[in-house]
Amino acid sequence: MTLLTRRGLLGVGAGGLLVSGCGKLAQSHTANDVIAQAERATYGWQRLIGRHALAQEFAAADVSPVFKANGTKDPQDDAYRHHADTGFADWRLRIDGLVARPLSLSLADLHHLPARTQITRHDCVEGWSAIGQWTGPQLGPLLKAAGLLPTARYIVFHCADTYGGEVGKGGAQSSGKYYESIDLVDAFHPQTIVAHSMAGKPLTVAHGAPCRMRIERQLGYKHAKYVMRIEAVDSFGRFELGKGGYWEDRGYEWYAGI
Amino acid sequence: MASLAAPLDTTGVPPVRSGQLYRRHRLFVRIGHWLNVLCLAFLVATGLNIFDAHPALYWGQYGADADDDRRWLEIGAATGPYGGTIGTTRIGPLRIVTTGVLGWNRAANGRLQQQGFPDWATFPHNRDLASARRWHFFFAWIFIANGLAYLAWGFATRHLQDEVWPRLRQLAPANIWRDVVAHARLRFPRGDDDKHYHILQRFAYAGTVFVLLPTMVLSGLSMSPGFDAAAGGVLPQLFGGRASARSIHFITMDLTLAFIVVHVAMVILAGPFNQLRSMITGWYDTGRPR
Repeated sequence: MTLLTRRGLLGVGAGGLLVSGCGKLAQSHTANDVIAQAERATYGWQRLIGRHALAQEFAAADVSPVFKANGTKDPQDDAYRHHADTGFADWRLRIDGLVARPLSLSLADLHHLPARTQITRHDCVEGWSAIGQWTGPQLGPLLKAAGLLPTARYIVFHCADTYGGEVGKGGAQSSGKYYESIDLVDAFHPQTIVAHSMAGKPLTVAHGAPCRMRIERQLGYKHAKYVMRIEAVDSFGRFELGKGGYWEDRGYEWYAGI
Repeated sequence: MASLAAPLDTTGVPPVRSGQLYRRHRLFVRIGHWLNVLCLAFLVATGLNIFDAHPALYWGQYGADADDDRRWLEIGAATGPYGGTIGTTRIGPLRIVTTGVLGWNRAANGRLQQQGFPDWATFPHNRDLASARRWHFFFAWIFIANGLAYLAWGFATRHLQDEVWPRLRQLAPANIWRDVVAHARLRFPRGDDDKHYHILQRFAYAGTVFVLLPTMVLSGLSMSPGFDAAAGGVLPQLFGGRASARSIHFITMDLTLAFIVVHVAMVILAGPFNQLRSMITGWYDTGRPR
């Protein structure tokens, strides 16, 4: 019994050490640098086993009755308000950066391009998911039309909205310009589209009007809404906090395939 | 579950005199076991933190705020009958008040807050989806690598076939009943009788190794849109959809915790010093036969 009691006391002591130790561990830069290596492993592994794999597509009957709008739902930025109030009449989507022939597309141009329609599942990093139908031109042919230069390695999506973050996610929250970036594998993936329509109707403001990205093999935060400019770059380090996206700058993985 | 893990395969080896120390757990099993302890501790604690970002579970292909008909579990806070805030947990039609623990609990900084699982149960000790995810996936990689190595080694050395998988003759109802009675009376095997797993242990370990943990890993992978695409639709459809897979991931975590509780209880009841020594050094004392 003595032994058990002593062990019991040791257990309580160890529990206390564990709690304070965990706090230190969670904040340790070294530990976090080691932990972050898992993202590389996941990225490399998923590119190895499913580089060109398609995300599952669903039937019309599978669509969520209510597709949850998340993130910014009504941008207050002046430039965006102007476009929304004027029906995006003088809005232009710029495709530039490391391309031979920068493009400038009106909303009408975007709607007239050959489009792909897909019914896919949207997985939010928070854990919820929804199925919706999206229509828009594929990004790959647009980049080809613009003459993507061989030095380009990533595609960056510049958005119209400034986002203040989400308390529900916990962790560091701060305001910043929304943006995202993907590699060329996803950029030329057939299901990567610049969606201008949802369920057969033009996108609502809550869902990213006039256009949002669909990056179907990654989590919801990669699917940038209110896209104003698509820029081909060799590195995304010079934008905002340098991690390649709004949520990436706040600790989330750049490769959000998991 | 009288003892921790499988004994050495003693076929063909002269029987060791009872009451002597013998090498019970091989190094591979011992390292794998403690890696599992480390991984599962982090996986559960980070998993609860991740769950707290959306403390609700659904059945089917999808599930979000508006899908009330698909939601079978939710943890939240509400105004109580006397005006204060209460924590509530709903499982199907069952609604339980869980104030102080689930839904409405004390944050690490001492303040009461609305949160699914409390800070003390999660890693990190505050709501932080980004950090929790990074730690979760790091240990998930180690856990999967460790599990695959164990399965490969276990099949190759026949450890799994001979020492974990139930033997046909053990399945006789009379034998199962005898083991149930022995467990109920806490009469643990001694001597040579303690050099192999009895049927309830084999059910527990084989069920965990071959069913529970693979289901937990696969349902977890089903939540990855990238892995789902690579798997060509097999995942998450194996579980009836992504929302179902998330539910099953949560349920298998609960079952794994239940396994650990029983496992540790049995270790304590069967003699924690001897049991722990055998999983650290390999040496196990079978005790003198009754």
